[in-house]
This record gives sequence, C-alpha cells and structure tokens, in this order.
Amino acid sequence: MMTLINTFLADKGIYMLTLLLLSLGVAGVIVCNNYMKKLICMNVMQVAVIFFFLCLGQKSPGTIPVAMDTVVKASDYINPLPHGLMLTAIVVSLGTTGVGLSLLLRIREKYGTIEEDDMLRREELMTRVEKNGGKRD
Amino acid sequence: MTNLIGNTPVLIILLPLCSALLCLALTAVSKNLGSLVVKISCLGSLVLSVIQLCMVVSGGTIHYAIGNYAVPYGIEFVIDSLNAVLLVAFSLMGFLTVIFAGNFSDNKNHFKTAGAYAELALLITGILGMTSTGDVFNLYVFLEITSLSAYCLISLGGSRGVVSAYRYMLVGTIAATFYLLGIGILYATTGTLNMGDMSNILNEGGHDGAMLVAMCFLIPAFGIKMALFPFHGWQPSAYTHAEPGSRPLVTGVMGKVPALAMFRFFYCIYGTDFRFFRIALMLLGILSVIGMIYGSLMAMGQNDIRKILAYSSVAQIGYISLGFAIGTPIALAGSFLHMLGHAFMKGGLFFCTGAIRYKYGTVDINDFGRIYKKMPLTCGLLVIAALSMIGIPPTAGFFSKWYLALGAAGQHEWIYIAVLVLSSLLNAVYFFRLIEKVFIRQSSDLKTRWESEVLELPVTLIIPIVACFLAILGIGLFNVKIIDVLLMTLEGVGL
Repeated sequence: MMTLINTFLADKGIYMLTLLLLSLGVAGVIVCNNYMKKLICMNVMQVAVIFFFLCLGQKSPGTIPVAMDTVVKASDYINPLPHGLMLTAIVVSLGTTGVGLSLLLRIREKYGTIEEDDMLRREELMTRVEKNGGKRD
Repeated sequence: MTNLIGNTPVLIILLPLCSALLCLALTAVSKNLGSLVVKISCLGSLVLSVIQLCMVVSGGTIHYAIGNYAVPYGIEFVIDSLNAVLLVAFSLMGFLTVIFAGNFSDNKNHFKTAGAYAELALLITGILGMTSTGDVFNLYVFLEITSLSAYCLISLGGSRGVVSAYRYMLVGTIAATFYLLGIGILYATTGTLNMGDMSNILNEGGHDGAMLVAMCFLIPAFGIKMALFPFHGWQPSAYTHAEPGSRPLVTGVMGKVPALAMFRFFYCIYGTDFRFFRIALMLLGILSVIGMIYGSLMAMGQNDIRKILAYSSVAQIGYISLGFAIGTPIALAGSFLHMLGHAFMKGGLFFCTGAIRYKYGTVDINDFGRIYKKMPLTCGLLVIAALSMIGIPPTAGFFSKWYLALGAAGQHEWIYIAVLVLSSLLNAVYFFRLIEKVFIRQSSDLKTRWESEVLELPVTLIIPIVACFLAILGIGLFNVKIIDVLLMTLEGVGL
C-alpha cells in the first residue's frame, strides 16, 4: 500500500500540487473582498498553469535541447515546446497584470477604495444621486 | 500581385496589427494621420477578405503555413468556407465601427483618441486572428489579444466602465487559464497543437478520459468568453458601460468568435465519434435553453436601452449554442447564419443607440417619444433590427431561427422548438415596447447637440447605420446562397 502511494506521489504528486495551487487561485479570486488580493490570486492561478506545462515537459534523464555529440536520440533531450509556450503565457500574464494594476489605479482614483463592499455602497449612492439629479453617464 | 493574393490569410490580420502599432507614432507626426491609417487598414482587410471568400468558394479550403514551416510543427491558418464568410462579416463590422468611433472621441487630446483607435485595431486583429487560425495555442494568443484590448475599451467608458472592465478581466482570465489547461491536457495526449493533426490523433481512439477532462475545462472557458448562461455574469455591465464608439464591435462580434472556437473544438477536433459527445451536447442544449428564456425575461425588466440589448445578447448567444447542441448540418448552418445576422443586428442596434445618444445625449427608452420624426434613418435600422431579433421575415433573424427549428425537427427535439418559439415571443414583448416608445409615446423635450439642415446625423454615423440595414435585409434575402456556402464545410462535420 505504501509503495503504491509512493509511486503515485512520485509520478503524479506534482500534478496534485499544481491542482491545489490552481484551486487556491480560483477560490481566492471568488472569495477575496479586496481587489488587489483578487489580482494576486489571479496571478497564482496563472502560475499554476505554467507549472502544469513545465511538469509536462519534464523528463528525468533528458538534457537541454542543444545539438551536441552526446545528444542524439529524442529521449536524450527535453522537448522545448512547452517551455516556449509558457514564455508566451508568461508574457500574456504580465500584460493582464499590467492592465489590471492600471485599472485598479483608476478605480482607486474614482472611488477612493478598492474594497468591494465599500465600492458597492458608493455605487448605490451614485445611482440615487443620478435618479434625483440630472442624468449622467 | 500573385504574392498579395497568395498571402491573403495572413495579410488580413497583419494590416490592422501594423496600423495599431503605428497609430500612436503617426499621431505624433500629424494629428489625424494615425486614425486615418487604422481606417485604411481596416478597409484593406475587408477588401482582402472579400477576395479570399471568392477564392474559397471557387477553389476550396485554403491552408496557409506561416513562414513556410511544415504543417504540424509550424502555425497554420485554415480558411474554409465558414471562416471565410465570418471573416467578411467581422471585418465589415470592424471597418464600420472604426468609422463610427471617430464621432465619440475626445477632440482635445489627440493621443488619447489615437490610443483608443490602436486598441480598436488590436481588437479587430484578435477577432480576425481567432477566426482564421488552425492552431490551438495560436488561438489562445489571439483570444488574449482580443480580451486585453476589450478590457481597455470597456474601461474607457467612465468610472463604471472601469469597474466592469476589472470584473470582466478577473473572470476572463479564469476563462483563459481554463482554456490553457484544456489544451495542455490535449497536448499531453497527442503531442501536437495543430487542430487537424490533433483531430486525426484523437480519432484513433483510446483517449476518451483525457478528452473528457479537457472538455470539462473548455466548456466553461468558452462559456465565459461568449457569455453563455450561467457564465454571463460579467456581460451586462460590461456591454452597458463600454466606450460608446467601440461598443458595436465589442457587443456584436466579440461574443461570436469564442462560439466559433467552441464549434471547432466540438465538431472539428473532438468529432462526433467521441464517446461522451451526446452528453456534452445535451449539457450545452440545457444551458442554451435556460439562457434563452432567462436573457429575454431579464431584458423585459430594464429601462436603459443598453441594458435591454445586453441581456438580449445572453438570449441570442443561447440560439447560437442551441444550433451546436442540435448538431445536424442544417442546424449548424442556422447557428452560423445567426452569428452573422446577430453581429449586424446587435451591432446595428448599438449604432442606433450611439447615434441617438450623440444627437440627444439620452439612453433611457422613456425619452425616445416620437423620435422617428427627427431621426428617420436611425429608427429605420432600429425597427428592422428589432424585427430581425424577433424573427419576422424577410430579415436575417427569421431565417436563422427557421434553419434552427428545421434542424431540431430533424432530430425530433421538440422541446427546443417550443423554447425557440417562446423565446421569440418574449423578444417580441420587449422589442415592441421599444418600438412603441419610438413611434407612439408623446415626444419629450430633448436638446439637440448636433444641428444640420440636410442630414439627421454626420455622414460617418450614417454609413454604418445604412450598411447594417442593408446587411440585415441582405442576409435574410440571400440566405439560401449563404447557407449553400456554409454547408460546403458543414456537410462533413455534423451529426
């Protein structure tokens, strides 16, 4: 029984950890009240997927994919494609974080807070002002 | 010249991309040059996509290997008849929106305007790229280009726009992450990222488990991006508060492209032989049926015209996914016809609201009393688009619903037909409420912001309105031709 668990953890344990990380991220985005924390959780979630791809590309006796005399067969080197894909994904995640941070700055400027509860209260206030006074968009 | 024709698939995407990158730099040279380049490049993609459609209709599917890298290893663009038709519609909508957006820009700050144009051009790039690509990871990149530029465009619409853009960003990133996980699982199973190659390997059998897990990630991913019920939470506020100039493109086209990607995964990659295919279709059918009813009911309760249209989009996306859930070629063709028609209907309705807002500064339908006297062209489009939404011949909406019902009858799915009729009736309730306000209600005191003796609106607003009007009627009248072109591809893939 112990050997079974050991082999499972050795083979698939890392995927369980990335799954845990992913669920933590998704749960954080849903549960957190602070928008900054939501953004951080979003990043955690993206990192989990990057780990997932890197684990896919991992192969234990493999080395770097460079043409050398000792590296001949496909089993000798690691497939570089998942790493290449993840470089793109990292860039995308950088872009998303950048947009998110600049949106947060604007929200902070306009509402004076980045807590969701406070913002909902202000929004209610704004709607009431709109109904009484002139129409704004 | 032969080089130009041979490279159309990539040129259609490169033109808006280059103009987006050049836009800000050229604005520094001369204040209107940047936006002019964006407009010209969008017109260029439109012309090229029409040429490409003719080539596809006469010569069959185009396979284009980018940089001449051999196909399963490099990125491939596959233009079949579906893609070609959709590309024409989407680039036309893109071009019209770019013309339209000029009226809503801030005239004092040219760099701000140029930035908005650059975002718009990037959005068009992403949409056209997602439509033409044949590579699953490339699809992810274009999906993110579309989403990132959409977040920026939505956030330009005032303080509420910023909040709804932020919420959309969080949800949209969850969708993108799920998509990446889904294709990661498929990549681990097949070792390829090319759609055609992946489909061949998956159809050899024995991968049902991995395919099922991947599908569990892909359905929510596309569901969120296309605002399918129950993943639509971000959509009404984002559509309502988006920047008025770019709203027709964001609302009319952005939700359709993930639907096309979903179709590709369901029918072109997984294929109908997939063991859990029927279950997936049933799930999709249930979601779309609930969405069709829910969206229409919610739309009935709104007073802000932008909110009415946003909720009705939830219902209309339901029609598109309903066609996928029925799965026969004729129902799929109905789905794609609805995708085309709805892009122009919803885009057109938002052109109208934009025009009314441009002239009178109001979006509340209670202020629309007898507005038809003052804006006949705009109200003409408003009425024809509303009739098309309800599904009255000879508009586009009737024929797409007709083909959907035909497909459902072929599969003996009577519930789907009943819901289709019920949802159309609910559509009639809130669109006739809108039409009643426009024609019958007492006119209210509205201050005109734009004065002219001859025209009701500036020419750049009239062109999109007239083009949408003609497109809705044209798609309806020439539906048989369009369906024939669509069926060239669909005959092979449906149930």
